[in-house]
Amino acid sequence: MPGTETKHKVRDVNVRMLRGGSGRPVLFLHGANGLPQWLPFFEQIAAKCDLRVPEHPGYGTSDNPAWLRDIGDLAMYYLDFLDALGEPKVHLIGQSLGGWAAAEMAVRNCSHIASLTLLDPAGIRVKGLLSGDNFIWDAEESVRNLYYDQKIPDQLLSAPVTDEQADIALGNRFTTAKLGWQPRWYNPSLERWLHRITVPTQVIWGENDKLFPKEYAARWGAGIPNCKVEIIPQCGHVPAVEKPEVTAKIVLDLIGRS
Amino acid sequence: MQFTFFHLMPYRPLDMVERHKHRSGWVVLPNSLYDPKKGADEYQSYIEQLVYAEKLGFDVIAVNEHHQTAYGLMPAPNLIAANLIARTTRAKIAIIGRALPLVNNPVNLAEEFAMLDNLSRGRIVTGFVRGIGNEYHSTGINPFFSHERYQEAHDLIVQAWTKPGPFSFEGEHFNVRYVNPWPRPYQTPHPEIWIPSMGSSETVKWAAAPERKYPFLVTFSARDLIARYLNVYRDQARAYGYEASPSQVGFASPVYVADTDERAKKEAAQGMETLFNDFLATPFQMLLPPGYSALQSMKNTMRMRKALGATKRHTIDELMASGTVVVGSPKTVRDHLARLRDDTRAGKLITMLQFGTLSDELTKRNMEMFASEVMPHLRD
Repeated sequence: MPGTETKHKVRDVNVRMLRGGSGRPVLFLHGANGLPQWLPFFEQIAAKCDLRVPEHPGYGTSDNPAWLRDIGDLAMYYLDFLDALGEPKVHLIGQSLGGWAAAEMAVRNCSHIASLTLLDPAGIRVKGLLSGDNFIWDAEESVRNLYYDQKIPDQLLSAPVTDEQADIALGNRFTTAKLGWQPRWYNPSLERWLHRITVPTQVIWGENDKLFPKEYAARWGAGIPNCKVEIIPQCGHVPAVEKPEVTAKIVLDLIGRS
Repeated sequence: MQFTFFHLMPYRPLDMVERHKHRSGWVVLPNSLYDPKKGADEYQSYIEQLVYAEKLGFDVIAVNEHHQTAYGLMPAPNLIAANLIARTTRAKIAIIGRALPLVNNPVNLAEEFAMLDNLSRGRIVTGFVRGIGNEYHSTGINPFFSHERYQEAHDLIVQAWTKPGPFSFEGEHFNVRYVNPWPRPYQTPHPEIWIPSMGSSETVKWAAAPERKYPFLVTFSARDLIARYLNVYRDQARAYGYEASPSQVGFASPVYVADTDERAKKEAAQGMETLFNDFLATPFQMLLPPGYSALQSMKNTMRMRKALGATKRHTIDELMASGTVVVGSPKTVRDHLARLRDDTRAGKLITMLQFGTLSDELTKRNMEMFASEVMPHLRD
C-alpha cells in the first residue's frame, strides 16, 4: 500500500510528508536527491511500523526558510520536529545527506530517539579517502555513480523528465550545495562528538559506493559506542533502493531489539 | 569612445589533443601540460603587447583573474598590473576584475588595489566580479553564497577605501575587527569600479543604482544580447530617475582587423575557434554550479539547453554572424562597432586583440591596424 501524502507543519515551516503503516514510529530522512517515490523499502518498513518520510525544508515543494544555512540548522529543525510529534521515542533512519542530519541530531540530543540507522551517510571525512565529487559529475554520471547494478540507472535515465521535475531537481541541488559544498560533505567537528550517540545504532554501507568509500563505515563504527556495521556486497550508495530486502531486514532487526 | 586593450593571457602552446581527453580546460586539465619555459615566453610576449598598446594610443590596458586554467595565466592579475605600472606612463591600468567571493579576507584586495593606485599615482581602474563557475570548483568556495559574498566583499572594500579607520566590519561571511588599511587609495574617493558581467538582471539593477553608477560591461556576448543588456541598464537607470552616461556602459569583444574581410577571417579563424571551443569550453555543471546564478535564471538556462540539444564546436562564421566576435576589413569593423555604439550609446569598448592561439606576429598587426584604421574613426 503506497504511503499517503500529507502536509506537516513544525513552527513556521510547512513540509510535504509521506506516511504509511502502523506500529512503532519511524522517521526516514532522505538524501540529496530529494524525497523519493514510495519505495519498496518503505513498504517493508511500513508493514511493521508507522513510517514518516518528510521532504526536507529547502527541497521539492516544502518551504525553503531563509534560516536554513547549514547542516546544523537542518538537524535542529528535525529535533523540533521530534519534539512536536509527541511520540516518546522515534526510530531514526537517514540516507546519505539525511544520515548526516540524523547523526547531527543524535550528537545533540538522543532523548526522543529510540535507534539510529545510517545508510551511507555523509558527515565525516577520512583523510586520504576522498569522497566522489558529485558536483563535477555530469547529469548522467551523477545517476550512474550511485548504483552498482547499472540496470537501475539505465531505467532512471530513460524515463522522460518533465520541466517541473527538472525544476525541482535543480532547486534540490541548490539546497544540497548550500549544505554540502564546503567543506565537501562533512562537518569537521562531528566525528569528535560521535560518542554522544547513546542509542543502538546500525551503519549500513554499499560495498561499491562511489560517493563515500566503504572504509568510512568503520570510522563511524569506531566513533559511535553502541554501533554495528554492515557492508552490503554488490551495492552502491543507496542500499534502500538497490538492496531493499536485506536493508529492511537489518533495520527491522534493530528496531525490534531497541 | 574610450578604448581598452584587454588581455586574457591564454597558454597558446596547449596540446589540443591532450586538452580534449579532459572534461574541461579548467580545474581538471593537468598542469603537467604547462611547460614553464614556454609559459615564461608567453608572459613576456603578452606584457610587451600590453605596453605596446599604450604606445598605440589605447586609453586603458587591462588584465583579469582566472584560476587553474589554460584559458588565462593570471591567477594573480595585480602582479601583472604592478609590472605594467613600471613600464608605462600614461595609460590607465585596469584589473577587470578580481573575483571578490573567492577570497577569505577582502581587505587584502582593498590593500593591494590601494598599493597599485599609489604606485601608479592614480592610474588604476578596478573591476569587481564573482569569478566564473569553474572557480568555485577550484577554490572550494560555496557557489550558493556567491552573491552574498560578493555584496559583502564589495561593501567591505569600498568602506576600507573611504571610511576613516580603524573600524569594524560585521558581515555574515566576513567579520574583520580592525579595518584600517595603509596605504589609502591615491584617487579620491577611490579608483573607479567597473562591473564586467554576462548580463544578469540582479547585477544590472545593483550596478546602476544611483549611489554606485558603476560602469557596466557586457562581455563575450552576441550583438543582440549586448544591445539588450546595455539597454536594460539604461532602462534601469531611468527607473532610478537618471540618464546613464556613455561612460557608464560598454562591451567587450574579440576583434580582428586585416586589409580585407577575406584575409581577416582567414587569419582570425584558428584563434577565435580555439578561444571558444578549446580554452573557454567547460561543461554545464562546472560553468554554472548550483547557486551561482539565481534559481529562475538557471531554470531558464536549463530549458534552453534542453531545447538546443548537444553543443557542437563554434565556427568562425557562426561567431561572426552572431556578432560575438568582430572580424573584417577596417570598414567592416568600423561599421559594426559604430552601429553597436549608436544602438547602445556605449562609451567604453574593451577590445581583445589577442585571442586563443593567435600568434605574436598577427596580434601585433591586428593591434596596429585597429589603432590606425578603426580607433580614430570612433573617437569622440
